Amino acid sequence: MKSPILQTATRYLLPILLLFSVFLLLRGHYYPGGGFVGGLVASIAFVLHSFANGTADTLKILRYQPISFIPIGLSLLVLSTVAPLLGGLPPMTALWFEQPVPVIGMIGSALFFDIGVYLVVIGVILTILFTIALD
Amino acid sequence: MIDNNILAPVFIHLFTAIIQLICWRKTVTQRVLSIGGSVLGLLVAIRLFNRVDQSGILTMNAANWDAPFGIVFVADTLSTTLVLLTSIVAVAVSMFSTVGISKKRMLYGYFPIFHFLILGLIGAFLTGDIFNLYVFFEVIIISSFVLMTLGGRKAQLEGGVKYMAMNILASTFFLTGIGIVYGLTGTLNMADLAIKIQAVDNQTLVGLTSCFFIIGFGIKSAVFPLYYWLPSSYHTPPSAVAATFGGLLTKVGIYAMLRIFSLIFIPDDFMQSLLMVMAVFTIITGSLGALIKNNIRRLFSYLIVCHIGFLVGGIAMFSTVALTGVIFYLIHDIMVKTNMFLIAGLIRQLKGTLEMNRLGGLYKEYPKISLLIAVVLFSLVGIPPLSGFWPKIFLFQEAFSQEQYIFALTLIIGSFVTLYVIAKMWARVFWRDQEEERTVNSSFDSLQPYRKVLLVLPILMLATVTLFIGLNAEYVLKIASKIAAQLIDTEPYIKAVLGNR
Repeated sequence: MKSPILQTATRYLLPILLLFSVFLLLRGHYYPGGGFVGGLVASIAFVLHSFANGTADTLKILRYQPISFIPIGLSLLVLSTVAPLLGGLPPMTALWFEQPVPVIGMIGSALFFDIGVYLVVIGVILTILFTIALD
Repeated sequence: MIDNNILAPVFIHLFTAIIQLICWRKTVTQRVLSIGGSVLGLLVAIRLFNRVDQSGILTMNAANWDAPFGIVFVADTLSTTLVLLTSIVAVAVSMFSTVGISKKRMLYGYFPIFHFLILGLIGAFLTGDIFNLYVFFEVIIISSFVLMTLGGRKAQLEGGVKYMAMNILASTFFLTGIGIVYGLTGTLNMADLAIKIQAVDNQTLVGLTSCFFIIGFGIKSAVFPLYYWLPSSYHTPPSAVAATFGGLLTKVGIYAMLRIFSLIFIPDDFMQSLLMVMAVFTIITGSLGALIKNNIRRLFSYLIVCHIGFLVGGIAMFSTVALTGVIFYLIHDIMVKTNMFLIAGLIRQLKGTLEMNRLGGLYKEYPKISLLIAVVLFSLVGIPPLSGFWPKIFLFQEAFSQEQYIFALTLIIGSFVTLYVIAKMWARVFWRDQEEERTVNSSFDSLQPYRKVLLVLPILMLATVTLFIGLNAEYVLKIASKIAAQLIDTEPYIKAVLGNR
């Protein structure tokens, strides 16, 4: 289904949705981030793009196969989990940088955990949906 | 004592799985990584076991939140023993899988999922938080769904659906039980629950809640009348997968029962008789099923059910002697059941079938392998002085001193049926001459020598451990009675988790 209205709308919606997903990633409901929701919104953005322009086009703007997001996200997630062990703290303890970063605010290991979740969610959902779509 | 490194075995398997995900299409790298990761995991598990043996119960507060509020991980002797056994199984199965699993399955991520399964098992043994236990159960069942259906043959999907339906039902019951317990006490930490559940006014409700856990864990560990999913699904996946399932998955249910009933719901008379009835019927139905099966793996599946009955009966008697027997039997059972499914896989490689009436002449063709298999089968049956014999002494002793004559009788029936079916299998598969007109399509003889070694070595390794358990029974007995004492007197566990409050 090629609809010019959807295609034009998607051109503007994709960046806005991605920006919104990054916002959700940084601030979930209740402060520290929402990697899962952010990942869902980002993957919905790509799914919308694939509805409008076809799955092949979406894969082109993604550049990498969505399945390759999963190990990257997982390793980020696990590294941020075990990083406190190096300092003699229990796993998953939140470590914080001393200085706040402009716009984002305080950055801690929890953020990297959330980025990991974000990537895994995008990878899993796009892999499942694109596999179905391409069949 | 607090030790932040007790989750190391979990992280090792997690890292192995992730690196394997990165090498998604490189099956040789995945095989090497799998063996390497499992061996590393085994070394760490041995270290953890020794540390706990020497310095007592270790705990870790995840994310540095104090005990009743955060998720706590506890390594006591029971947990570390099971972690050690799981790691041994992981090494054996990952070695066997390198040859025993088809390349097509590896390309669809057999190895990463296998390590996720082992990770879930180890996590379930180590966690001290009941909701976290549920989470690890979910990790286990999701990985096992994938392993069960990987390859997508029709029989596999059929078995997978049965398996999935029953296990999701079990999880629902378990989760409902957790919800009610949380509503009653306001805590999820098992040590904290042990204290707070006694202060609940409405003890009838507590008793009812424990039924949710019995049903949940009962389905998982395949006790009567909830076991039907097991024999109808375990013969469908490849033998390496069935070995992990048969050796470990039902035993997680038993572990969870031991934990919950020793800490939270101390069995009263009603609970004991309920468990005892379940145990007796499990043994009887399991043995009846084993008697009529002709396929080796179906036969083994029913033997799993039958022997789960021994364990549940021991838990029902709930005394130090009975629990010593249960723990000893658990240790023996994990090693032997895993090995039996690996053996089934090997027989399939040797002869191309698992139907007993089409097999024969194995002893004539492969005498050394047959002798190795005989050791394992004798251990299973419990010929003294091999490992299956010792725990039964304790179970018998306690059955007589508690006047549970029916259970003692079914124990005897179960043991004799095991002896009979194994003897029948030995006579048919190993001693009987191969019928001439059968064409044997053995894929074993054409394998390269190192691949043959990779198939036989895991069986040899597990058989050595079994021999060690049997011949060095005094050491195993010491550990088992230590665990049993810890299960009866949970004071040290609670103190280790909550401190001296």
